[in-house]
Amino acid sequence: MSLQLFSFLLAGLIVLTGALGVVFARNPVHAALFLIQTLFGVAVEFLVVEAHFLAAIQVIVYAGAIVILFLFVIMLLGVDTAENLRVDPLVGQRFAAIITGGAILGLLLAVINSVDGVTGNPASLRAVDQNSITGETIPNINQLAETVFTTHVFAFEVTGLLLTVAVVGAVVMARRIPGALQPLPDIPALGGSDDEDSDVDADVEDVDVAGEA
Amino acid sequence: MILAQQQYLSDFDWTSWDPVFLVVKVVLVFSMLLVSVMLMVWFERKVVSDMQNRIGPNVAGPWGILQTLADGIKLFFKEDLTPDGADKFVFKLSPYLSLIPAFLMFAVVPIGGNFRDGNDGSVEIFGHTTFLQLVDPPMGILLFLAMSGLGIYGVMLAGWSSGSKYPLLGSVRASAQMVSYEAALGLSLAAVFLTSGSLSTNEIVASQVDGRFGIGGWNVFSLGFIPFVVFLIAGTAELNRPPFDLVEAEQELVGGFHTEYSSLRFSLFFLAEFMNVVTMAAIIVTLFFGGPDGPILTSTFGFVWPILWFFLKVLVFLFIFVWFRATLPRLRYDQLMDLGWKVLIPFSLGWFLILAAIRVGQNEGWNLWIVIPVGITVMGLGAGLLTAAIRNARANRSNADFVEEYG
Repeated sequence: MSLQLFSFLLAGLIVLTGALGVVFARNPVHAALFLIQTLFGVAVEFLVVEAHFLAAIQVIVYAGAIVILFLFVIMLLGVDTAENLRVDPLVGQRFAAIITGGAILGLLLAVINSVDGVTGNPASLRAVDQNSITGETIPNINQLAETVFTTHVFAFEVTGLLLTVAVVGAVVMARRIPGALQPLPDIPALGGSDDEDSDVDADVEDVDVAGEA
Repeated sequence: MILAQQQYLSDFDWTSWDPVFLVVKVVLVFSMLLVSVMLMVWFERKVVSDMQNRIGPNVAGPWGILQTLADGIKLFFKEDLTPDGADKFVFKLSPYLSLIPAFLMFAVVPIGGNFRDGNDGSVEIFGHTTFLQLVDPPMGILLFLAMSGLGIYGVMLAGWSSGSKYPLLGSVRASAQMVSYEAALGLSLAAVFLTSGSLSTNEIVASQVDGRFGIGGWNVFSLGFIPFVVFLIAGTAELNRPPFDLVEAEQELVGGFHTEYSSLRFSLFFLAEFMNVVTMAAIIVTLFFGGPDGPILTSTFGFVWPILWFFLKVLVFLFIFVWFRATLPRLRYDQLMDLGWKVLIPFSLGWFLILAAIRVGQNEGWNLWIVIPVGITVMGLGAGLLTAAIRNARANRSNADFVEEYG
């Protein structure tokens, strides 16, 4: 067994166990950890087919930033406790998930079936790195850069714009507009004695403002 | 990918001596890092105590140099505690999650080899030609970024899995800080890629030699200091070292993310932290100070000189890190985030754009005396707009607070 095939199988095992773990883990933090395992395994698969840049970016962007954000949300929202998997939080969600998953699996199988050149053959991988005319070796990082910034420059820039729009949108949503937010109405069932307390507080604050003015 | 000069996995030959050399190199780098940590802890304690008019460790071995070893042995024999509320598996996993990336990062640092006069930095040992670095993958320095990204998990999960409030707060602070400063780190790295035209550490070093006066090609000069300064500040923040050590601010958080750790597991965090310091110094030297580049003074044992230069430069940066610690007071949390997001990131981005403009100008044959002032003016305008926006936002926010509090 060649080293390449061995690495491929090992990384595949890592990816698959990670993916199963994401689905079956009861604790959201454990699921996020399994997700990192899967992403890392995919990075190793990229290395096996000599796509070094993609492997590095996979780890930096997905494992290094996105899952960190997932973990932040899980930890800070306090949902980091084990879930009961028997309860279906949204009605019909599980059924829809099975349908969608099956559809994606079918799509993947169709793509794999239609391409017959995916062999992981070292010679074909090297051919990608070699200029067909001069025979000179160009690392695939340089090739990737050239493709992204020449042929696909429009798509690249539009994607960048999309991300910027998302950031601006988040800022706008997090912004507080002075005076626009009204205090929550009192709930009659819980009111009563609380009302008096709040009146006293308001009086004290009024005095403070007067003092400063 | 596996050995320095073999870029393809399929080139790896089990039947040759390659695997043996690989194992020897791994063991060498591993033990070198461990010994350097031992010496670094001693060095730090000694220098800090010197700056504070104390003697510092002086009992174990000559000048107390074996103090770290004694402390390590003591930690081995301490009781290993796991809190009741801890998530057992993650609690045990996280020290390794911070240790392993710390080891892997050093793999791409070239510690020697002659790069001058057209040499490519390879040396011949026992008839085997190799670079003096563990691996030289095409992604090169991105491995460093990826591994420092993974190192965050060790800290974050350690704090969460302890099942206690102080560690959780410490780990949230730590991960927010490390994620924010990674952006500034990456942007100053991009400036280096711009001049070297490669991600490989070997080629980054090779692109810095043979400049004016021997050192004029070093990136610290040719990139105009700014990327180096940004990298040094962001690197210190990435290491969670003073003045950015809010992660383990003793007065507020007991010990930060490793409060609940004891014995060997604590020592693993400690080890990872100091290994990261050594690696960061080595990376700074590689990126901005020509790595092992320096005058070769004699031709016999010529291969020793680059290694010597490298360690000398690394030592300077280790001293600077210790100096920071002994001198600078800790930042407040909002100051830390302001510095990262509102100063370092815009500044390094602007500088990167100027460098790119100069590069394009050189390629297209534009007059650089026009390109540079225009670039600096545009950057100044951008800085003015940013400052105005920040000031406006701050005024609005305090206004809104006032309205909300006092109606």
